[in-house]
Amino acid sequence: MSESAPVNNRTESKAGKRVTSFNEGTGRLAAILLSPTLIVLALVVLYPIVSALRESLYTSGQRLDANGFIVKGSTFVGLDNYSAIFHGDTADRFWTAFYNTTFFTVVCVVLETVLGVAMALIMHKAFRGRSVVRAAILVPWAIPTVVSALLWKWIFQADGIANTLLGSQILWSTDGWQAKLSIIVADTWKTAPFIGLLVLAGLQTIPAEVYEAAKVDGASVLQTFRRITLPLVKPALLVAVLFRILDTLRIFDLPFVLVGPHKPSVETLSMLGYDEAFNTRYGPAAAYATVLFVYVAAVAYVFVKLLGADVIGEARAKKPGGGGRAQRKRDAALPAPAVGVTSVGGGM
Amino acid sequence: MALGVAGSLVLLASACGGDDGSSGGSSGGAGALEGRGPITFATGKDTSGFLPKQVAAWNSQHPTEKVEIKELPEDADAQRQQMVQNAQNKSDAFSVLNMDVVWTSEFAANQWITQIPEDKVPDLGKLIPATVETAKYRDKLYAVPITSDGGLLYYRSDLLTKAGVEAPKTWDEMLAACLKVQALPEAKGMSCYAGQFEKYEGLTVNFSEAINSAGGVIVDKDGKPNVDTPEALAGLQELTKGFSTGAIPKAAVTYKEEESRRAFQEGKLLFLRNWPYVYALAGKTDGSSKIAGKFGVAPLPGKTGPGVSSLGGHDYAISQFAKNKATAVDFINFMASEERQKANIQGTSQAPTYASLYDDPELTKAFPYLAPLKASILGAQPRPRVVKYGDVTAAIQTAAYDALKNGKDPKQALSELQTKLSTLITQ
Repeated sequence: MSESAPVNNRTESKAGKRVTSFNEGTGRLAAILLSPTLIVLALVVLYPIVSALRESLYTSGQRLDANGFIVKGSTFVGLDNYSAIFHGDTADRFWTAFYNTTFFTVVCVVLETVLGVAMALIMHKAFRGRSVVRAAILVPWAIPTVVSALLWKWIFQADGIANTLLGSQILWSTDGWQAKLSIIVADTWKTAPFIGLLVLAGLQTIPAEVYEAAKVDGASVLQTFRRITLPLVKPALLVAVLFRILDTLRIFDLPFVLVGPHKPSVETLSMLGYDEAFNTRYGPAAAYATVLFVYVAAVAYVFVKLLGADVIGEARAKKPGGGGRAQRKRDAALPAPAVGVTSVGGGM
Repeated sequence: MALGVAGSLVLLASACGGDDGSSGGSSGGAGALEGRGPITFATGKDTSGFLPKQVAAWNSQHPTEKVEIKELPEDADAQRQQMVQNAQNKSDAFSVLNMDVVWTSEFAANQWITQIPEDKVPDLGKLIPATVETAKYRDKLYAVPITSDGGLLYYRSDLLTKAGVEAPKTWDEMLAACLKVQALPEAKGMSCYAGQFEKYEGLTVNFSEAINSAGGVIVDKDGKPNVDTPEALAGLQELTKGFSTGAIPKAAVTYKEEESRRAFQEGKLLFLRNWPYVYALAGKTDGSSKIAGKFGVAPLPGKTGPGVSSLGGHDYAISQFAKNKATAVDFINFMASEERQKANIQGTSQAPTYASLYDDPELTKAFPYLAPLKASILGAQPRPRVVKYGDVTAAIQTAAYDALKNGKDPKQALSELQTKLSTLITQ
């Protein structure tokens, strides 16, 4: 969706002064043709975000009247829902969840990247039975998260396979470091193949001649990897990592099913929002969703800014000297992947 | 559009009806339950396949007031969520709601369900009183209890007989019985007792039972939390002591109903607290249970005498936004009748709320656990009946889990729980 606008802009600036009349016509036609799309986008993307933001400023259903009935209607409370997140005993819960969310994101994504690249390299190698290996690696990614969470729950239960193999009596699903570890294992198992898949696609675009040349020049395996493979798969790898970061920041189903709700060691930000919404406090729930949305957007912005991940494939279309503009465009397009967060929160 | 108009008309009508009900008390609610015609029945997934037969019995007798079943997910939280959403949209899609007993206060306080004048429910006096309590909010009836449930003590009758002891009535007797049985070679490596101690609703149930059985309360008769008491402490300490002495296995903090049932069936436990559904599964002779024919059931033990169970079960309520409420209340009475409840236990083995059914010879023969279950339910107490039940049960679970798993001092856990509950229960 963000791709169409920049393309139009570029044609305009390039041919702008010479064929003004033609361009105006094209612009109007483009606007007319795009308007249904834009209206749909406004309805399904903009409206939920705005309505969630509005909801987060209200509170309802928290007082009882003399007959024991909940007082109807919602009250405007300004930023009270937000300040409540950071004050009182909810602040502890919030910062624990914030820490957990960040911890899972950093640890899981690092592990998944390393494993994912390794998987891609293996899948890329030509050997007998490669298709079987490829399929085997991709199976975890094909399993729905909730199902894989249940699967790992059985593995990690008190008399499960994990304890049998380790010959131990670790109570994985209880509160504590072991619960965190079980989440990391399950999440890495499930999503490293995703990174593997995207990196594999990147690997296959590298021409064989480059490697042949390196071989002729006598480069070692490590040198080839560092100087050729890594730089050439970087665009694909960064997009994969960015997607994983965005996903892991919203992590909900895995800790919810595998370990359970209300466990401080694995509670994440989206679980807090869910908990509020479940107890029909939609204002605070929307506030949590908004805080998470801002956090996700900020992390994604920083990631793109620092590493220049090519999210919308603009680098390939980029002209020499057009870098500055392309950079701005990319930033503007950024909140798009994060949109799902608020719509999920607001939709409840 | 038409739906919206109809919805607001219904809302208007029910708002007037609601006023009548509250001003006129139990006698003046006649205007609240009007309208006859087809209705819908929202219920959790019917795993037994028996519900359509019950509804068909109604439909054949009432061809102009047919009931349509709207099946919701199997998971209780998801059911509640759909009912809440339906109420917040003021939709008339659900007429009769099949609700968990702990939802009544929240739904009544939000006026999502209609008050039912007690004279509209002729059989109310024949139902077990404790189950009727679950259907009330501030002493007014909002639902009719249809099924009930109570905790039972399962025990290894073969080993108890061999050690020469009887089924225990108190915790001390249970521990003494354990010591005797564990001296037998057959009982090598067995743990004494387990319930459900994972951090979920089952922990609230087990915690409430321990405290009630020691003479304590969580919420007292005036609706105020009163958990920082010596009685409550004695109850919680019984559980923490069980964990520290090893009478309750460490793994029990991960047990929900199914995990604990499996542990019992695999012969790892001497005593198990669980619901009646376990009886049929543990008695299976197809090899899935190692203890078929080797176990018995008794009422839960307590501190000085028989224990107090937490009440489970389901109540049927009428959505505030429903049409044809007169039909709805008739349908609920039909389902609450002795005949339907008997058919229901025979079809689904769910415990009835109709008191006389527990002494029905035909049923006690088919369900040998009915006698201890009757004792369990007659003495049972509802879990806290509070508007913010979701927050209250979460607070209870946190306090109990901290004491059982994380080693927090029980006295401190209870006093923190008291503080927390005081902010959550504002009447």
